[in-house]
Amino acid sequence: MNPKSSPDGLLVIVPAFNEEGAVGFVVEEVRQVMPGVPVLVIDDASWDTTRKVARAAGADVVTLPHHLGLGGCVQADYKLAYELGFDYVIRVDGDGQHDARGIRTILDALKSTGCEMIIGSRFAGGDGEYSSFARSLGIRFFRLVLRPILGKSVTDPTSGFVGVNRTALEVFSRSFPLEYPEIETLVVLKRRAFRFQEVPCRVRPRRSGRSSITALKSFYYMTHVLLGVFVNILKYVGGHRR
Amino acid sequence: MDRLLNVVTILSVALIVVVLASLRRAHIRSEYSISWLAAAVTMLVISQWQLLLDWLSSLVGIEQPPLAIMFIAFSVFLLVFYRFSVIISELKDANIALTQRVAILQYQVEHLNQHGQAESQN
Repeated sequence: MNPKSSPDGLLVIVPAFNEEGAVGFVVEEVRQVMPGVPVLVIDDASWDTTRKVARAAGADVVTLPHHLGLGGCVQADYKLAYELGFDYVIRVDGDGQHDARGIRTILDALKSTGCEMIIGSRFAGGDGEYSSFARSLGIRFFRLVLRPILGKSVTDPTSGFVGVNRTALEVFSRSFPLEYPEIETLVVLKRRAFRFQEVPCRVRPRRSGRSSITALKSFYYMTHVLLGVFVNILKYVGGHRR
Repeated sequence: MDRLLNVVTILSVALIVVVLASLRRAHIRSEYSISWLAAAVTMLVISQWQLLLDWLSSLVGIEQPPLAIMFIAFSVFLLVFYRFSVIISELKDANIALTQRVAILQYQVEHLNQHGQAESQN
């Protein structure tokens, strides 16, 4: 895996926890759509055959010695990508929800806009569907909360289809929200006066497995993320740009 | 009231004995025993020093000393627990960083081995 041999210095990362049913398809699709671009799967200590399936499909695999959750998992990859010298990293979920054709859209936007982060949004094109009622409530709620904080609207704040450039990579490899990173990441970006933009991307139903956010966990999720958002604002107001 | 104070004294002494015994057997690290010992000694002193307890009771505005001593015990141990949350958070951060570093190093070692094998075959 060498950034010099990768077109545009791009690395595609795929965080996966027990995704043996989908991760092979995800890797193959990315390799098909983006030939020559290395695909790195981070196996968050799965107990199924995720690692084997990913390798067989042609991905490099980093395996965490024990389960860290999504944020810790993605940050491990940001660290490795930064140390190896990649210029752009695009994250695609391991459950097959993200249409790999969106990677090209996100990469083009990263290059043309110079934004530190580009979010693939299922709603930016105006035809996205909510995967569940609970999720739709959550997304609408966080849109309202984030709008005044970010100074602009975000249509899909919980999207995991995200591309970053090397400037953001450097920051995230040092400091990254750990449990549910997507929304907090936006506030971290704002705090550092980084720019982000949304581009329309297609999102499909999950191929297998279940979302890590079940109905029971929704309340915990909302509280946790809300707290994370306000802690990040406090850091901003206090002027401690960590 | 006297009985309650004596019970608190006995419990405090028991806590000190347990912590010292754990320290001797290396079941607890000395830096983490300090919070418990400080809490136990605080409760011991308050339970045996009537004037101090009376003064503390009036300070926190609780007229019944038994209630005051329960309130003070609760506050003292709450501080101990909070300190543990801080320590656990630091440990968790260190653990995450270590886990990520181990995974990255393991990945790099595997790659070096693959390169080494490929070169020795050529």
